[in-house]
Amino acid sequence: MSNQAELDKLVRSEYSAGFTTSVESDTLPPGLNEGVIRFISEKKGEPDWVLEWRLAAYKKWLEMKTPTWAHIHHPPIDFNEVSYYSAPRSMADKPQSLDEVDPELLRTYEKLGIPLHEQEMLAGVAVDAVFDSVSVATTFRSKLKESGVIFCPLSEAVHEYPELIKKYLGSVVPQGDNYYAALNSAVFSDGSFVYIPKGVRCPMELSTYFRINEAKTGQFERTLIIADEGSHVSYLEGCTAPQRDENQLHAAVVELIALPGATIKYSTVQNWYPGDAEGRGGIYNFVTKRGVCHDNAKISWTQVETGSAITWKYPSVILRGDNSIGEFYSVALTRNRQQADTGTKMIHLGKNTKSTIISKGISAGRSENAYRGLVRISPRAENARNFTQCDSLLIGDQCGAHTFPYIESRNPSATLEHEATTSKVSDDQLFLCRQRGIDPEKAVSMIVNGFCKEVFKELPMEFAVEAGKLLEVSLEGSVG
Amino acid sequence: MLEVKDLHASVAGKDILKGLSLHIKPGEVHAIMGPNGSGKSTLSNVLAGRDGYEITSGEALFNGVSVADMLPEERARAGIFLAFQYPVEIPGVSNMEFLKSSMEAIYTARGQEPLDAVTLLRKAREVCKLVDLDQQFLKRGVNEGFSGGEKKRNEIMQMLLLEPRLALLDETDSGLDIDALQVVAKGVNSLRSPERSIVLVTHYQRLLDYIVPDFVHVLAGGRIIKSGGKELAHELEDKGYSWLEGHDA
Ligand SMILES: Nc1ncnc2c1ncn2[C@@H]1O[C@H](COP(=O)(O)OP(=O)(O)O)[C@@H](O)[C@H]1O
Ligand SMILES: [Mg+2]
Repeated sequence: MSNQAELDKLVRSEYSAGFTTSVESDTLPPGLNEGVIRFISEKKGEPDWVLEWRLAAYKKWLEMKTPTWAHIHHPPIDFNEVSYYSAPRSMADKPQSLDEVDPELLRTYEKLGIPLHEQEMLAGVAVDAVFDSVSVATTFRSKLKESGVIFCPLSEAVHEYPELIKKYLGSVVPQGDNYYAALNSAVFSDGSFVYIPKGVRCPMELSTYFRINEAKTGQFERTLIIADEGSHVSYLEGCTAPQRDENQLHAAVVELIALPGATIKYSTVQNWYPGDAEGRGGIYNFVTKRGVCHDNAKISWTQVETGSAITWKYPSVILRGDNSIGEFYSVALTRNRQQADTGTKMIHLGKNTKSTIISKGISAGRSENAYRGLVRISPRAENARNFTQCDSLLIGDQCGAHTFPYIESRNPSATLEHEATTSKVSDDQLFLCRQRGIDPEKAVSMIVNGFCKEVFKELPMEFAVEAGKLLEVSLEGSVG
Repeated sequence: MLEVKDLHASVAGKDILKGLSLHIKPGEVHAIMGPNGSGKSTLSNVLAGRDGYEITSGEALFNGVSVADMLPEERARAGIFLAFQYPVEIPGVSNMEFLKSSMEAIYTARGQEPLDAVTLLRKAREVCKLVDLDQQFLKRGVNEGFSGGEKKRNEIMQMLLLEPRLALLDETDSGLDIDALQVVAKGVNSLRSPERSIVLVTHYQRLLDYIVPDFVHVLAGGRIIKSGGKELAHELEDKGYSWLEGHDA
């Protein structure tokens, strides 16, 4: 068989997280109006000010238009076809411990490789498990409490830490920031809230695992992480969804606040259902992630994006404080008919600020993969530095890779470096591997993993292994 | 070991090999010489199964089985090793990782227990030493940023570790200085054994001073036009290929 045919076969594969969980759910009928927002707010028993905040966002959203600048194509989304709230019925009585959680839900996470019983879990990783619109369980909370770390669903934080929420919610991504952020601000459901006190190094990795289950529902989680002065936290995020023929909407907002001297490391392995080989189904992933760095603080985004029919996502850093550091490490793999338009924004405001961008795009099948990045140096950002490296790898000849780098420098003392390459998994590389007895499948995944090495080494250990495997699954063939 | 009978093969629709026959027994070392463009690399690639190199008639049997019926990786696992004329880079994939995948695939196919990590590393270090390659090369990406000579030695290093039954060395000598040539020759000679066959594809007779072949063949126009013992190489050196022009074996 020719290498090309082999490659074509390889890049089609099955999605292993595509199962559905059968639980009875309370699901809102599709449609979006003020009544829906009031319903969500009431379900969560929110104080009035949160409801007002949502309604204000909704008003803004109504006046906004869908953005059209990204290199993606899809039929218009009918926002009245989406259900904005769905929760397993068993969660209505607010289980107090894991023993009270529907075993069917626990089994779902187990099947995904994330056991929620603390004794079975990876030591050193605390998990918040979000299922459709609600948090099912958050592990190791009491242990984290001992060091003053708060890790809980945002819906709880609204009640228990209202001052922090009032101060920081929407402070990095304002309600009207963009179309999808406005929508999220109106209808957001659960997500995680993290607070690390001054000078504390969070004793475990924190992670949130997002699962969309119910048909025709969207997921609109919101995550807020505050690292107080001199603190340190590493946070991981994973996501999957069942295999369905229709598209499902995911519009999340993540806000990070790194106070002076703090470090936040935020890693994502995004494996939402990507749709089938013909482009039917899959998640539309429109996400706004942004962090702000105060003096001497550091925010590092690492993402491995392998799923979703459409990915529209630009984890960014506002380098407000002097000597602050922003990093973005990304692997985006698209195959079949997937489309990704992803990258970052590094906004240099402070003096001696430094940013690094390493982006690796891998396109296969008939997919489209775009890197879009902005580096902005403000007039007062003396001695700002950016290094950008942007590499594309093509598998086959029907896919597309694009780079859209934007550089706006208003300070002549800035040092900006930009490197970009495009390469192919060549027949020669594949033949060398096969001549050494290596399966073509294994060969492609080895070549792709090699290409991503610089990004994978930024992931926490357990995640690096998972990410490597994910690329293997994504590329492994013979199921064709 | 290898029986090539009246082989015709084309590359990208162009007929290159036009009735080539060759018989190689276990333990033998054959040299195939010929001018540039005569089809030497084509022969190696056809035997190893590179995409686009097609057998149009005739056959090549490896231990009695037609190679045409085997995928490239199956040929490799059966013991055919090709040391490339132009080894390609695989950035980010360490030599060690590559060796491990290769060794596992080949050992498993042979019904042999794959080496454990410690043994593999020890063995890899030994073979690196044999071809005068620093151990650091095991950590570097496959051929990534290697000099021409280092790439060639890296090929021989892999060959020594994988211990093939039939080794095809495609111009492994070109681009090597005399010291490197001797190192490579020492490596290849260490692999000579009664069960193993070696085919040296070369443009120059120089290599044959260090690896003495049992037979020498001259390839021109897609066919073997003359075969002989090791003296033939010296004759070629003196008289040039034009001496044989129009000559039939
Ligand atoms: N991939 C290819 N596509 C087209 N022609 C090729 C290809 N590979 C080899 N050839 C042609 O086949 C002939 C023999 O080449 P090759 O086997 O590389 O010769 P040698 O190794 O003896 O120098 C040459 O005319 C060369 O141009
Ligand atoms: Mg050649």
